[in-house]
Amino acid sequence: MTTIETSETRYLQVINEKGEEDPSVMPALFEADFRRFFETIVLARTFNQRALSLQREGRIGTYASIWGQEASQTGSALALSAEDWIFPSFRESGVLVARGYPMWMLYRYWAGDERGMSAPEGMNIFPMSVPVGTQIPHATGAAWAMKLKGHKKVAAVYFGDGGSSKGDFHEGLNFAGVFKAPCVFLCQNNQWAISVPRSSQTAAKTIAQKAFAYGFEGIQVDGNDVVAVYKAVKEASDKARSGGGPTLIECFTYRLDDHTTADDASRYRSGAEVEEWKAKEPLIRLRLFMEKKGWWTKEYEDAFMKKAQDTVDAEIKKAESYGAPDPADMLKFTYKELSARQAKELKERGW
Amino acid sequence: MPWTKIYASRTEFEKALKDSPGLRGITYKEAIREATAQLLSADKSVFVIGEGVDDSGGVFGTTKGLQEEFGKDRVMDSPLAENGITGVCVGAAAAGMKPILVHMRTDFLPISLDQIVNHAAKWHYMFGGLLNIPLVIRSIIGRGWGSAAQHSQSLQAMFMNIPGLRVIMPATPYDAKGLLIAAVKDGNPVIMIEHRWLYDHMGHVPEEMYEVPLGKAAVRKTGKDVSIIAVSHMVHEAVQSAEALQEEGIDAEVIDLRTLKPLDTGTIVESVRKTGRLIVADTGWKECGAGAEVMAKVAEAGITLKAPLVRINLPEAPTPASPVLEKAYYPGKDDIIEAAKKTTGHGKR
Ligand SMILES: Cc1ncc(C[n+]2csc(CCOP(=O)(O)OP(=O)(O)O)c2C)c(N)n1
Ligand SMILES: [Mg+2]
Repeated sequence: MTTIETSETRYLQVINEKGEEDPSVMPALFEADFRRFFETIVLARTFNQRALSLQREGRIGTYASIWGQEASQTGSALALSAEDWIFPSFRESGVLVARGYPMWMLYRYWAGDERGMSAPEGMNIFPMSVPVGTQIPHATGAAWAMKLKGHKKVAAVYFGDGGSSKGDFHEGLNFAGVFKAPCVFLCQNNQWAISVPRSSQTAAKTIAQKAFAYGFEGIQVDGNDVVAVYKAVKEASDKARSGGGPTLIECFTYRLDDHTTADDASRYRSGAEVEEWKAKEPLIRLRLFMEKKGWWTKEYEDAFMKKAQDTVDAEIKKAESYGAPDPADMLKFTYKELSARQAKELKERGW
Repeated sequence: MPWTKIYASRTEFEKALKDSPGLRGITYKEAIREATAQLLSADKSVFVIGEGVDDSGGVFGTTKGLQEEFGKDRVMDSPLAENGITGVCVGAAAAGMKPILVHMRTDFLPISLDQIVNHAAKWHYMFGGLLNIPLVIRSIIGRGWGSAAQHSQSLQAMFMNIPGLRVIMPATPYDAKGLLIAAVKDGNPVIMIEHRWLYDHMGHVPEEMYEVPLGKAAVRKTGKDVSIIAVSHMVHEAVQSAEALQEEGIDAEVIDLRTLKPLDTGTIVESVRKTGRLIVADTGWKECGAGAEVMAKVAEAGITLKAPLVRINLPEAPTPASPVLEKAYYPGKDDIIEAAKKTTGHGKR
């Protein structure tokens, strides 16, 4: 017997939990870059905390928290260029905030207003996918289309560990491999799919290694290390943009909150597990690292925190003063144009 | 029969229970759980699979505690893969098992349509009767809570169109239990569609195992002026509207279809022949919907009608997430009342 091919799955961490860097893998980044990471994480976290309290007050509907996953979300979003297309799942507030998606629109969306998902012109963001994993082949298709059009753009698609079990994952990645589509597959392995642990999703050791079977590279990164995520996504998107094909990036992270506000995670996982991961959350190490460099002070954090809170407050105010949707819109937005039947229905219903 | 009666509220039911102490009352979701537990006990080939069935919430309580009782080999979650799970169940059913597959949302059945439509529904025919697929697929219509376009759909009509499938939509706890048991024993693939708004509805349910035959509608109220034929949650709206109509001198008959495929043509035709007026209240969309099929049966029977037929359905649009829009979107008892007054010549014309 001979060996045809062997695979290796690499793991990338740049800054560890104690805030120590590994200089051999540290990309060329400056103080301003680290401040941007820090501030984007704080802003995303502020958006998220306010969403959770608005839900408790009955001012928005069910919401999926990103707490613990901010580095995976903001690090990846900041590594992509503004022209790249983003295909988010329902748990991507951090990605959207990092990309500058109007926060008031996100609050409207979570309050049940579809108009909140109508991304502003020029912001290359698809509507978030609530059905799990269905966005994966869409990204492959969009990436392929961009390649055919000769655009130097990348499609980045976000999904979870649960999403990696879907047929859509297999089919989307396989196509991307065959077509060399400029795609970055971003799996946030947050260890849980509602009550199903990662170990029950796949018998494989990592999700990253699945890329090997599709003929392209997969890498696992410390998803709580914003620099590792940034570096991996930057390299993968540069590669895709220059015709090198897709990459699968598994961000190894943790969902610190319940699955959504309609869930109670204490039913199926231990408090000790959550505490262990809390110590590894992304902001702690970034703070320690920046402090050592002389880029972080308590005053700096407090001042930015205040700014973030004021920004978010203003966005909520804007969201809540926006007018209610009109029932006629239900019929008007179903087709490109109103059908004859709908026109009749509109009249009959007096909308 | 005490179990054919539908109570408007839990208080009304509890009052009735006091008058008949021999009868037991449980909720719709408890009835499903009880039926499942009894099926698992009675038949070693039955197993339950689906996303969240082992979760402590137990799919809104319908599978709660079953894994502890029957073990991980008989009640199990799976990797997140709807088409895959359905295919696995079709294969297991072909190999002699009787899977009860739970899809938390009816919206996720379309992910498995190939397995349901091209395989489960066809194999008995294609293999000359060699195989049958005793697979029951439970799924749930959502409503409220921002369930919206992809977590709320009433897709019964899609399945009614496919030879080889059966479609059941129980509206009461008694029927939920009896139809589920009959479905598992039926030997054909059965799509059972539940409605989340029915889960806490209470009714009389015998403790022992019993079957409600597939293909039999139930007359919930007899009447002579207009037939209101309803499906699932709309049965409850219809019963309430009939009570209100009675006070205005309109004697409505209310029929709960219970099974949509095969339809109980006899009961439908008999009722409309008597009343000469028909309203169909369905939880889904209008075009090619369950109501259209009911009306076709009436037309085919050549009944002379006293007024045009009326269908009560959702608007021609996906379900909105906004509470404001949802309120406008869903029809209810007032729409039925208005339609009944119109067809019988009462009220505004
Ligand atoms: C196709 C489909 N099946 C089931 C669900 C119900 N559901 C919503 S989220 C979820 C778990 C997703 O887990 P994962 O992919 O790991 O993402 P996470 O929620 O952890 O971000 C499930 C089963 C759904 N929304 N879509
Ligand atoms: Mg997950």
